[in-house]
Amino acid sequence: MARPPVEKANKRKYMLEKLSGRVFLFCALLSVISLLLIIGFVFFKGINPFVAEGYSFINFLFGDDWVPSEDQFGIFPMIVASIYATIGALIIGVPIGLFTAIFLAEIAPKKVAKIISPAVQLLAGIPSVLYGVFGLAVIVPFLQNNLGLAKGQSLIAVILVLAIMMLPTVVTVSETAIRAVPKSYREGSLALGVSHIGTIFRVVVPAAKSGILTAVVLGMGRAIGETMAVILVAGNSLIVPTSLTDSVRPLTTNIALEMGYAAGVHQEMLFATGIVLFSFILILNFVLAKISAKGGN
Amino acid sequence: MRSFKDNVLRGLLWLAALLTIAILVTIVGYIFYKGIGLISFDFIFGDYSPTGGGGIWPMIVTTIYTIVISLVIATPIGILAAVYLQEYAKQGRLVRMIRFATESLTGIPSIIYGLFGAVFFVTTLKLGMSIIAASLTLTIIILPVIIRTTEESLKTVPRSYREGSLALGNTKLQTLYKVILPSAMPGILAGIILSIGRIVGESAAIFLTAGTVAALPESIFSSARTLTVHSYLVTQEAGDIELAAAIGIVLIVIILILNLLATLLSKILNKADY
Repeated sequence: MARPPVEKANKRKYMLEKLSGRVFLFCALLSVISLLLIIGFVFFKGINPFVAEGYSFINFLFGDDWVPSEDQFGIFPMIVASIYATIGALIIGVPIGLFTAIFLAEIAPKKVAKIISPAVQLLAGIPSVLYGVFGLAVIVPFLQNNLGLAKGQSLIAVILVLAIMMLPTVVTVSETAIRAVPKSYREGSLALGVSHIGTIFRVVVPAAKSGILTAVVLGMGRAIGETMAVILVAGNSLIVPTSLTDSVRPLTTNIALEMGYAAGVHQEMLFATGIVLFSFILILNFVLAKISAKGGN
Repeated sequence: MRSFKDNVLRGLLWLAALLTIAILVTIVGYIFYKGIGLISFDFIFGDYSPTGGGGIWPMIVTTIYTIVISLVIATPIGILAAVYLQEYAKQGRLVRMIRFATESLTGIPSIIYGLFGAVFFVTTLKLGMSIIAASLTLTIIILPVIIRTTEESLKTVPRSYREGSLALGNTKLQTLYKVILPSAMPGILAGIILSIGRIVGESAAIFLTAGTVAALPESIFSSARTLTVHSYLVTQEAGDIELAAAIGIVLIVIILILNLLATLLSKILNKADY
C-alpha cells in the first residue's frame, strides 16, 4: 500500500528537525572541544620534561637562570617580571580609568560624554602592537633622557605601556557598571542631604562595585597576556628586577622570542612557561566568575 | 571642610578624564603624525621591498585571507552554537559546561592560542607555518565573540514572533530560518564585524602560526605576515617607526570603519519595530 505523499513529506520534515538539532548541538560542543584540545596539547607538551625527562618543576619555577644552551631552565625572573608589570600597570591604570569612567557617567555633560565614550571604546580595539610602537618611539626615549638610563627599555616602560593599554577597557566596563546603578539610589542619597560628589563616592561607586571589579580583572588579563607590545619596550634581560628601571622579560615575551628557533626540551619548556601563564589566567577567570556570581545576587 | 573635600575629588575626576583623553589623543595623533608622510597609493598597493621604499600590499592580502578564512569557518559554527544555546537547549549541566568553555576561551591570552596553533595546526596536522594554520587558530579566538553576540541578538527577538510562526504550522527549523535569524541578523552582523576587528588586531597568535615571510602569499598554505606582525617586525628589527606608524594608520582606519559599521547595524537593530 503506497503511503500518501503528505505523510512522506512530513516524515522528511521530522527527520530534518531531528538532524538539525544534533548539528546545532555539535556546533555548540565545538567550543568545549577546542578548550579541551588547547589545554590538552599545551599541558601535554609542557609537562613532558618534568614527567618523562626528569627535570625538576621546582627548579623550573624558582630557578634564576634561563640558559637553554646549557640545559638550564628557570623562569623565576620572568614570573616576577610578569607580576610586577601587571601590578604596576593596575596601580596606575585602574585609578585613572575608574575616575575617568565616573567622570563620563556622572559629571560630564551628556553631549561631551556622547563623544568621548565611543572614542574610548574605539581605542580598546586598536591593535596592541601600536601601543608598543608608541612606547618604543616616545616613552622609552623619554625615560632614557629624563632618568639618565643607559637603555630606556625597562620595567617602568612596560608598566606605562600596559597601563595605557588597559585604560580603554577599564573605562568602558566601569562606565557601563556605573550607568547601570538605578537612579533611585542617587535620588535617595541626594534627598538625605548628601552632596553630589558624596553621593557618587559613597552610594553609586559601591553599588557598581562588582562591575568595576570585573573591569579591573579584565584589564589585568589584558596586561598579563600582552606579548608583542611588551617585547618592544621590556628590554628582555633575564634578571630578577630589583628596580623599576631594570630591563625585564615577562613570561609572554619569553615564549614569543624563542618559539621561532626552539626545539626539543627547550621548546617544551616554552610550553611549560605557557602553562604557568595559563594558570595565572585561570585564577583570574575563577575570580571573575566569583565576582559575577556575587553581582547576580 | 566637606565642600573642600568634594572640590578636591571633583578636581581629581576632571584631571583623570583629561589625562585619559590626552594620552589617547597623543597616541593616535603621534601615529598619524609619524606615518602620514609614507601613505600613498604606491605604499598601499605596492609590492614589498626588503631594501625599503616598498609597499604593504602583501600584508594587506595576507590579512584579508586570514579574515575571510576564519570568518567562513567560525560564522556558521558560532551562529548555530548560539541557536542551540538559546533556542534548543534545555538549561542544565551541558549548557553550563558549554557556556563555561566559551567564557574560558575568551580569557585565554593570544600567545597561548599561538602555542596551541603551533603544536596542533602547524605540527600535528602538518599544515606548516601558513595562512591556513593561523586562520584556524583565529577561528577559535573569534568563536566565543560570535557565539556571544549572536546569543544577545537572539534574545532580543520577541517571543511572539516564535509563537506566531509556530502557530501558523511552521516547524521549529522553519521558524528559525524564516523568522528568528532574519530578525536577529543586524546583531549577528555586528558580532561578525567585531570579530574582524579582533582578527585585524591580533599579533602574537599569528606570529607563531603564520610565520613572517614578507611576500605575496602564493596560496593559503604559504607562510606570510599580516599587517600587525609586519608593524611589529619593522619596529623590532629595523627600528623603522615611520613605517610602523604608517601601517598603524591603515590599521586604525580599518578599525574605525568596522566600528562605524557595527554602530550603524546595532542602530538598525534597535530601531526595528518590535
